[in-house]
Amino acid sequence: MGASAGALEVLSNLLPALPSDYRLPILIVVHLPPDKTSLFAELMRARCAIRVREAEDKEPIEPGVAYFAPPDYHLLVEQDKRLSLSDDEPVLFSRPSIDVLFDSAADAYGGGLIGVVLTGANSDGANGLKAVVEAGGVAVVQSPASAYAVAMPEAAIAACPDARVLPVNEIAAYLREVGAR
Amino acid sequence: MVDRTEEIEIRLLLEAMFQKYHFDFRGYAMASLKRRLKRARDDLGFATTSAMQDRLLHDSAMLPKLLGYLTVQVSEMFRDPVYFRTIRERVVPHLRTYPSLKVWIAGCSTGEELYSFVILFREEGLEDRTLFYATDVNQDALTKAETGIYDLDRIKMFTENHRQSGGKSSLSDYYTAAYGRASFNRGLRQRVVFSDHSLVTDASFGEMHLISCRNVLIYFDKALQNRAVGLFKDSLARRAFLGIGAKESLRFTEYANAFAEFAKDERIYQKRSGA
Repeated sequence: MGASAGALEVLSNLLPALPSDYRLPILIVVHLPPDKTSLFAELMRARCAIRVREAEDKEPIEPGVAYFAPPDYHLLVEQDKRLSLSDDEPVLFSRPSIDVLFDSAADAYGGGLIGVVLTGANSDGANGLKAVVEAGGVAVVQSPASAYAVAMPEAAIAACPDARVLPVNEIAAYLREVGAR
Repeated sequence: MVDRTEEIEIRLLLEAMFQKYHFDFRGYAMASLKRRLKRARDDLGFATTSAMQDRLLHDSAMLPKLLGYLTVQVSEMFRDPVYFRTIRERVVPHLRTYPSLKVWIAGCSTGEELYSFVILFREEGLEDRTLFYATDVNQDALTKAETGIYDLDRIKMFTENHRQSGGKSSLSDYYTAAYGRASFNRGLRQRVVFSDHSLVTDASFGEMHLISCRNVLIYFDKALQNRAVGLFKDSLARRAFLGIGAKESLRFTEYANAFAEFAKDERIYQKRSGA
């Protein structure tokens, strides 16, 4: 899942909608200024039924946990379903980068992956979402009409014309449904 | 379906690099490695990783180029100032009790972290009794570290970091600016030994009082992290210190119990007595 401008509001609607017995892990990149400490994980933790934490390097991914990329590091998924961090240069001026997360997750999960691109004012996530689709995964994009900033959803839709384009409440419903199976 | 061809090609290239040149990246974490090699491939104009491997085997000039993509990270002086502040305020008082000190900057890349430590130790009056070992696998990076020249436009950030780290002098005392570059004074290198050393294949080389190895372990897979942290453990004196990157952790390594969390948030560890 990737979000940029307007991330706080949209994630505040999405993540608390997931139940405590949720079965999928969720990996999240939010664009933040590099000097910001790990605000998001802490803000969200208090509001969510699922477990929320900041990703640690080489941590095994657990179901029902939402992992946030730490500020100023890329978050990646290894083949053995562990998390990796990197401080390689920013991609599209972003570190963490949504593309970097989606590319590596598509590699690791193939068809068992849902990529969700949310509100944002740049084009990060579009290439990554395409990689998700090419690996057999599902592309979900927040409908531009419901997004605080439309550039990121629009770029993602342009890259993945067959993506499911949904307003936030329907994304939440969809995620609840696939995570309960 | 996910196509595994590229991963196979990468493993073959790493094997070729090891067998021919003895540089061992086989234990690097695959996800980042894949991105880095893709960049190399695109920049250097190879259609496939296999084509790049072919060139690597038959043209040794490819080696330094590829090493550049695989190893070099740009760092900052006094990156994460609170790390250096904690070294200054909490680790230095312990170090003062020793008549002579050894400090190892492992994976020093182009030297930013090394100079940060030398300046900090000078400010604290410890430089004269300290020997710094600055090591990296990448010879080009080591040469840059030894030269100590950085773009002037980075100095503003270095200066601000230094100030936030509790710096007791002015960073401008340590470099000469000319032609858009800042050249750090030769005197800062008097107590430094630069050496090429691999955390993957080389052994321990002495009893250190402090090892700083930041944002290197994140590029290793779990087995290699275990090796490197084991090497650090064996290279540290009793109750000596290990500092790692702000988002790194010893928690998922075999040696988590050999270290106590000395400054948890700053990721500074102290080797336990019996370890």
